[in-house]
Amino acid sequence: MAPLIVCEDLWKVYRVGDVEVQALRGLSVTINEGEFVAIMGTSGSGKSTLMNILGCLDQPSKGRYQLGGVEVERLLPDQLAEIRNQRLGFVFQSFNLIPRTSALENTQLPLMYRGLSLKEQRALASAALERVGLKGREHHTPTQLSGGQQQRVAIARALVTSPSLLLADEPTGNLDTRSSDEIMAILEGLNHDGITVILVTHEIDIAAHAAREIVIKDGHVLSDRTVHDRAHS
Amino acid sequence: MPTFVWLTVVTALRILQRNRLRAGLTMLGIIIGVGAVIAMVSIGEGAKLAVQKQIASMGANSILIWPNYTVVSGVRGSQGVVITLTVADAIDLKKKIPLLTETGWSRSGSMQVMSGGRNWSTTVIGASPSVLSIRDWAYSSGGPFTQTDMDTAAGVALIGQTVVDNLFEPGEEPVGAVIRLKNVPIRVIGVLSPKGQSPSGSDQDDVVMIPFSTAERKVLGTSFLGSVGGVFASTDRTEDVFDAVEQIREVLRSRHRLQGNRPDDFNIRTQIDVAKIQEGTSETLTGMLLAIASVSLLVGGIGIMNILLVSVTERTREIGIRMAVGAKRLHIMLQFLIEAMTLSMVGGGIGVLFGVTAAKLTSIIAGWPTIISGKTIMTAFGFSLVIGLFFGLYPANKAARLNPIEALRYE
Repeated sequence: MAPLIVCEDLWKVYRVGDVEVQALRGLSVTINEGEFVAIMGTSGSGKSTLMNILGCLDQPSKGRYQLGGVEVERLLPDQLAEIRNQRLGFVFQSFNLIPRTSALENTQLPLMYRGLSLKEQRALASAALERVGLKGREHHTPTQLSGGQQQRVAIARALVTSPSLLLADEPTGNLDTRSSDEIMAILEGLNHDGITVILVTHEIDIAAHAAREIVIKDGHVLSDRTVHDRAHS
Repeated sequence: MPTFVWLTVVTALRILQRNRLRAGLTMLGIIIGVGAVIAMVSIGEGAKLAVQKQIASMGANSILIWPNYTVVSGVRGSQGVVITLTVADAIDLKKKIPLLTETGWSRSGSMQVMSGGRNWSTTVIGASPSVLSIRDWAYSSGGPFTQTDMDTAAGVALIGQTVVDNLFEPGEEPVGAVIRLKNVPIRVIGVLSPKGQSPSGSDQDDVVMIPFSTAERKVLGTSFLGSVGGVFASTDRTEDVFDAVEQIREVLRSRHRLQGNRPDDFNIRTQIDVAKIQEGTSETLTGMLLAIASVSLLVGGIGIMNILLVSVTERTREIGIRMAVGAKRLHIMLQFLIEAMTLSMVGGGIGVLFGVTAAKLTSIIAGWPTIISGKTIMTAFGFSLVIGLFFGLYPANKAARLNPIEALRYE
C-alpha cells in the first residue's frame, strides 16, 4: 500500500504567555492508504495537536508533513481549506453540527464550498445520509436528533465529499455504549470501503476496533503496533 | 460560486427571520435614514417645482427695470424717489434693441377701490397694454384693454380675483360693472386669472389694472409726466435674456448720460435671477435635511456593524465548522457581508415604503406638493446597500481571520 501520510520530525511549539509549550517533539509517523489507526495518549500528550496538524487545521513549527504527495507545511490558509474540502473528513467529539439547520443542509455544507449545484449537493447529501442510516430524517434539525443520530449526520458530512482520510476525534466520547457501537460499525464499514480512518480515543475498547494502535506521550510516539491486520481477518 | 451566494442569502434571510426583534432594531437606523431621505427629497423636489411654476407665472423671459437712487455729490436720495425712468426710455429700448420682442411700462400705488357699498384697499397698476402680454396674464373672463383705451385714457380696468372676492357678491358678474377709484368711474372689462403668491409672498391677484394714461392723468396723478415705476421687457428666447440685459444697460446709460464709472441709476432683474435665488434656497434646505438623514444612515450602519460583531462572536463555533469542512476566507467574508447587506437591503426596502408613505401623507395633510421619483428611491436604496457593505466589511474580515482550531474550541 502507498503511504498516505508521511510525518518526519514534527515539532509544534506554542507560547502561552512567557511559557513555551512543546506539544510535539520530533514526531515521525507514516500511515498507508486504507489503514484504520487509533491514536491514544493521555491529555497533554500532544495527540490533539497531532490531529490538528494531520487535519490541516494547524501547521507544524518544524518538520515535514506530506499528505497524499502534497507538502502541507508550505501551504497558505486558503490552500489548506481546499485540502480539507477535497481530501479530509472530520468527526468531532461534540458533533459540531450547525444549530437550527437540517441534517441535509449540514451534510451539504462541504459540497457548497466546492461550488456544486444545489441539485448535485442534495443528491450526494441524501446518499450520504442514507449510508449512515438516516434516510427519512433529512429535514430534522440537530435538536430533534439523538446524540448518536447527530454523530451519524457528522459522519455523513465527513464522507459526502468521498475523502481519502477521515479523522475522528473521540467520536464516541459523548455517546452511550449502544450508539458508540453503531458509530464504530459505520467507521469500520467506511474503512472497509477503502477510506483511511484515524481515530483519537482514550478508551481501549474503542481503540480495539482499529488495526493499528499508536500511543503518543510527551510529543512523540511511545509505541506503534499492529493489533490485527483487518485486511486478513 | 452563484449557488453559494444564493444559499447564503437564503441562510441570511432565515437568521433574520429567526431574530425578528433584533433585526428590526438593527435596521431601525437604516429604515429611518432611507425613509427620511426619500421624504425630504420628495418634498424638496416638490417645492422646487412649485417655485419654478410660480416663476413661469411671472413670465419666464421677462426683464424688469426699475429706478435706482441717483447719487449727487455723494448724497443719496431714497430709492425710486428721483425720477430716472420714463416712458421714452421704454419706447427707445424697443427701438434700439432687436432682441426685445416688447417693452412695457407701469406705475402703481395703493388705493381704495369702491363698488356699490363695498370698498377694498388694493394696488392699482397703470400699465401699457404690452405689460399684460409680457407678464403672461390670462383672463378668466372678459379681455385686455387696448392701445385705443391707452390713447384715450379710457376708464377701463382689469381686476384680480382677490379684488373680485372682496368687492362683489358671490355669483355677481364683475365684467361690465362700474367701480370707483378716487371717485373716477371705471368699467371692469376683464377678470385676471389667479396667479397666486409671488415668490416674495405678496398676493399677485390683489390688483386693479388700468391703462397707464388713465392712471397718470386721472387716478394716480404724477409730478413729472412720463415717469414710470418700472419698465418691462421680454425676449423671444430664454437664452437671449442675458444679452438683452447688457444691451438695455448700455442704452439706458447712454440715454441717462452716465459716463465712466458712475453707477447705474436703475436696477435690472430677470426672472432667471429670481429663479436662481429660489432654487438656491430650496437646495440649501434640501441639502441640510439630507445631511441629517445621512447621519441617521450612518448610525444605522454602525448598528449593523455592532450586531454583526455580536453575531460573529455568537457563531464563532459555526465559523470554525465551516472552515473545517473547507470554507475559504472569502466564503466566510461573503457570508457575513451578505448578511450585512441583507439587513441593510430589507431595512432599505422598509425605509422606501416609509419614505413614500411619509411624502404622500405630507402632500395630503399639509398640502405641500411632493415629487417621488424613481431616481430618488434607487439612490436611497443603493446608498443603504453601500452602508451595509461598508459596515459589514470589518465584522466579515474579523470572522474570516479567525483561527479554525480556536473557533472550533470556542464555547
